[in-house]
Amino acid sequence: MSIARAFRAEAAKRILIKDGAYGTMIQDRRLQSADYCAGYDLLKDQRGNNDLLNLSQPVVVRSICERFATAEADVLATNTFNANAISQADYGAEHLVGDINRAAARITREVADRDGKQRWVAGALGPTNKTLSLSPDVNDPGFREVDFDQVKAVYREQIDALVDGGVDFVLVETIFDTLNAKAAIMATLDAEQALGRELPLMISMTLTDLSGRNLSGHTVEAFWASVRHARPVTIGLNCSFGAAQLRPHLAALAATADTLVMAYPNAGLPNELGEYDEAAEETAAQVREWIDSGLVNVVGGCCGTTPQHIAAIAGAARDCTPRGVPARPTGTLLAGLEPMLIAA
Amino acid sequence: MELSRVEQAGAGARFVNIGERCNVTGSAKFKKLILAGDYDAAVTVALDQVENGAQILDVNVDEALLDSELAMTTFLKRIAAEPDIARVPVMVDSSKWSVIEAGLKCVSGKPIVNSISLKEGEGPFLELAAKCRAYGAAVVVMAFDEVGQADTAERKVGICERAYGLLTADGTDPADIIFDPNIFAVATGIDEHRRYALDFIEAAREIRGRCPGAHISGGLSNLSFSFRGNEPVRRAMHSIFLYHAIPAGMDMGIVNAGQLDVYDAIDPELREACEDVILDRRDDATERLVTLAERFKGTDAAAEKAAAEWRSLPVKERLSYALVKGIDAHIVADTEEARQSAERPIHVIEGPLMDGMNVVGDLFGAGKMFLPQVVKSARVMKRAVAHLIPFIEAEKEKTGATQGKGRVVMATVKGDVHDIGKNIVGVVLQCNGFEVIDLGVMVPWQDILQAANDNNADMIGLSGLITPSLDEMVTVAGEMQRLGLNTPLLIGGATTSKAHTALRIDPAYTGPVIHVLDASRAVGVASSLVSETQREPLIASTAEDYDKLRLSRARGGQNDLASLADARANAFPFNPSRRAPAPRMPGLHQFGEWPLRDLRASIDWTPFFRAWELAGNYPQILTDPVVGETATSLFEDANAMLDRIIAERWLVASGTVGLWRCRREGDDVLVLAGNDWTRLPFLRQQVKKREGRPNMCVADFISPKGEDWIGGFAVGIHGLEPHLARFARENDDYSDILLKALSDRLAESFAEVLHAEVRNRLWGYADEHFSNADLIRESYQGIRPAPGYPACPDHSLKPVLFDLLGGGPAGVSLTENFAMLPTSAVSGFYFGHRDSQYFGVARIGRDQLEDYAGRRGVEVDEAERWLRPNLD
Repeated sequence: MSIARAFRAEAAKRILIKDGAYGTMIQDRRLQSADYCAGYDLLKDQRGNNDLLNLSQPVVVRSICERFATAEADVLATNTFNANAISQADYGAEHLVGDINRAAARITREVADRDGKQRWVAGALGPTNKTLSLSPDVNDPGFREVDFDQVKAVYREQIDALVDGGVDFVLVETIFDTLNAKAAIMATLDAEQALGRELPLMISMTLTDLSGRNLSGHTVEAFWASVRHARPVTIGLNCSFGAAQLRPHLAALAATADTLVMAYPNAGLPNELGEYDEAAEETAAQVREWIDSGLVNVVGGCCGTTPQHIAAIAGAARDCTPRGVPARPTGTLLAGLEPMLIAA
Repeated sequence: MELSRVEQAGAGARFVNIGERCNVTGSAKFKKLILAGDYDAAVTVALDQVENGAQILDVNVDEALLDSELAMTTFLKRIAAEPDIARVPVMVDSSKWSVIEAGLKCVSGKPIVNSISLKEGEGPFLELAAKCRAYGAAVVVMAFDEVGQADTAERKVGICERAYGLLTADGTDPADIIFDPNIFAVATGIDEHRRYALDFIEAAREIRGRCPGAHISGGLSNLSFSFRGNEPVRRAMHSIFLYHAIPAGMDMGIVNAGQLDVYDAIDPELREACEDVILDRRDDATERLVTLAERFKGTDAAAEKAAAEWRSLPVKERLSYALVKGIDAHIVADTEEARQSAERPIHVIEGPLMDGMNVVGDLFGAGKMFLPQVVKSARVMKRAVAHLIPFIEAEKEKTGATQGKGRVVMATVKGDVHDIGKNIVGVVLQCNGFEVIDLGVMVPWQDILQAANDNNADMIGLSGLITPSLDEMVTVAGEMQRLGLNTPLLIGGATTSKAHTALRIDPAYTGPVIHVLDASRAVGVASSLVSETQREPLIASTAEDYDKLRLSRARGGQNDLASLADARANAFPFNPSRRAPAPRMPGLHQFGEWPLRDLRASIDWTPFFRAWELAGNYPQILTDPVVGETATSLFEDANAMLDRIIAERWLVASGTVGLWRCRREGDDVLVLAGNDWTRLPFLRQQVKKREGRPNMCVADFISPKGEDWIGGFAVGIHGLEPHLARFARENDDYSDILLKALSDRLAESFAEVLHAEVRNRLWGYADEHFSNADLIRESYQGIRPAPGYPACPDHSLKPVLFDLLGGGPAGVSLTENFAMLPTSAVSGFYFGHRDSQYFGVARIGRDQLEDYAGRRGVEVDEAERWLRPNLD
């Protein structure tokens, strides 16, 4: 059975659990610059380059991954949110992108396969810090810092290394610009073709305001229309805000998307100090409400969520009925920033 | 909401208009703009189309003189930056794949590619189709194969069916296939072309049957190519073609949405001639249409379209219909027609016009019609009357030409400038047969009484919005008493109340005084006052009512007051850990012209509907079973006016912000602006509180020790005057009230937007990502209380605030009673402390009044006058 089919089959039986955030866990270790670049001679300060830790502190990354696995996560994402040439350029580490992603994928694969329990590895692709849809210069709305082919190539480099390291899925996450995501999708399709086997996608959008749009302005339904051609295993939302604020938009997506829905919220909203202080039980209770309303198939955590959160979510999700996937819609779905349906 | 939009379409859109104007091959204007590199203007071509109903935007820059790839990407990036355009899907249109692909790399939604075909054979066709899938685009497939373009129905169907089979086998979703079976020109004089339209229609039906899920599209402008320059005929041909092609299965079209006629409204002779051509019904169809077309050259069929059924009614019924529906398009002509058949011009008013208005009045009274509709009806009435007046004058009528039910003198009192409510009452009274003499705003009592005397008024109506106006009304009542009048005095306006009327105004005047809650009550009260039988009972029952109210107040139904010292001892505790940090950008900030588009986006609509006496919250009000239809129509009018306000730059939104160091001294805040310290005395709640509830004062939100920060702001919406003057000339009260109400909303929206700017940037103590609904709910931290409103009720602090803001902030000035000019203005203080909250000072004691007068440096009786509403 193909990976995607096995995943769908399991998701039909129960709610699957995705892991939580690396960033929060790494922050707690209070690592210093020297810890970050151990063994690597780089010109810029590497403090905060969490992706480099896959190479310089593999033990740290592995122990976080293990704690999520112990917390009953079925889907383990790689610690590669910023492991792309655009983001790594800020650290002068873009030449290490291949190594970082291979190492991250291998660490996660090993943890996933440690005890015979079935787990899936999702190779995480962050949004990069450049946007294809918006001009950074207010006086020149037609200007773009990057173009589609560049972003596509950057993603392709990352995807190839992740596949090399053994990931099951490509997870395009925290999508604030729908066009960046379309570049990632195309890179994945190209990689799939080169590979000659299926490389399923997981796609996850992030909302930048409570009206339910991402930074490029798409509503969740318009977003779904724009990425549906990727035929992803999961579509969903992550980060954005806490579970409570995410709910109406998740409900809108769950009602229209004819695939599995995956959602992993932050642990509430950050406090004045930028810390997330929503208790694990609280996040779990909110997620449980999604499950009871039939909105989700896969749940996990984003910023601020710890293994405790994931364990609590897994506890809350146990023995619950997963969302039923709706039939494919009749009619033609198009989209600008808003969706448009043409009758069949 | 987005979901409902999809659902609302139900099974989805049935016929989709694709905007055709952003196409260099079809629009000379667009071509010129793109060739000149004037993308700003080219973007407005796109915006116009979307605003006129284009549901998809076709973009084509195929032009030999252009670098088409660059032009395509530049234009697509530019429209991506306009949310009002980018909300609709794009159709990337080119005959060159390289241009299409360059375009696809810039489109973030799900677009349509126009087009691919079998022209080069199956291999290249499938290769491009696969690329379209990878970019996530639907495709238009032209009925074109290795042999050439399909002209007959048979060829069209054959090519499309073949393409469908190839595509669906290769993985293209049938729903993502749109066939263009080629619309060619008819009536060319060439025999082979006669069946072109009919072939398309027949092919469409066949293709829809054989290719389930796929759509049929076409470019309409080709069809009528023979009649270039004859718009009425072209429009008729397009409409008639669609009338037959849509039922056959054509569900998309590249059309100019604003240029289609209603089938039934097309001249029957022209319609038949066009139909003969399109359906190829006669051998001489083309000749006949060509001959007939000459007659339609230069005429505008749109006018005929508007001439709907009601125009054929007898003139009296037309007048009544126009009044009830609020349609003013033909009112002058109809009034003139009625006048010519009437014995005397006055009979037109007394007869059909008043009959119509009576229907309006009855419907309004019965709750079947709502204020916005009534105001529209009144506009029609006013225009009809304005047409008749010269004839009535000419007749030298001596006995009152418009002797209505009664005469009302109305005014907004001295020192106050607000008149939306007063104007509404005036319109409603006029609709009900009253003659209204409206003296405008800031009217001193002398002028009001003079006008009442000169016009032999049956009653006087006073209006006001700010609290000092309450005192001014007492003054007017006192002067009426002094002159020994007995004319009824009606009191209305936002700050007025039955209590204040009973306690303060009624005792000052022995004549009848009646508080009127809103416009819908005004008619009942005024009608009773001119009725021989109802007048005395109303006056007596009102007087009795007010007596009771006074008695219950005198018995001391009010809460006990704490002494000022006790109230201060029970102050709101200051939590130092929750104070806001020092501002990032202290000092004065001027915003000369804030984009109105931004302000529009954050309008709080609920109060707008309330101003029109439509009860309910936005957006639910739009679907309310009772007022929903009216609210929706009003909302549409409001948005249409906002479109013009923004596009034609009617208004300018200016704002001033100040952020200053300060320190606290008791209930005063001392503000350091420049090198000068300014004292801001505030009032404290004195009503005795339950255990654990503090007696609040806004000064409690400032650190009692050491330095802290406070802010102030003013915003104003400028530029209404020329438009109001124009509406007055056009007898258009509806637009007058609409513009004022919108301008008020823009001012409030600006205050909210500016506060967010202060919190997130200028002061910078917050980092928020709120939706408009959250802003309206005020779910942020920090407050912006305005002088004269519950938390700091003294209007006379406004001049102090304005001085701090550098004098005349945001171009706003003050009247002698501290009303702001322009009227759409908001000002206030900023408090950043996280615990700061809104509250009402409510009633205060003599001790605080005297203490406050000392702190403000004014006489006690002056302070008493300002704070009267808090002393009762």
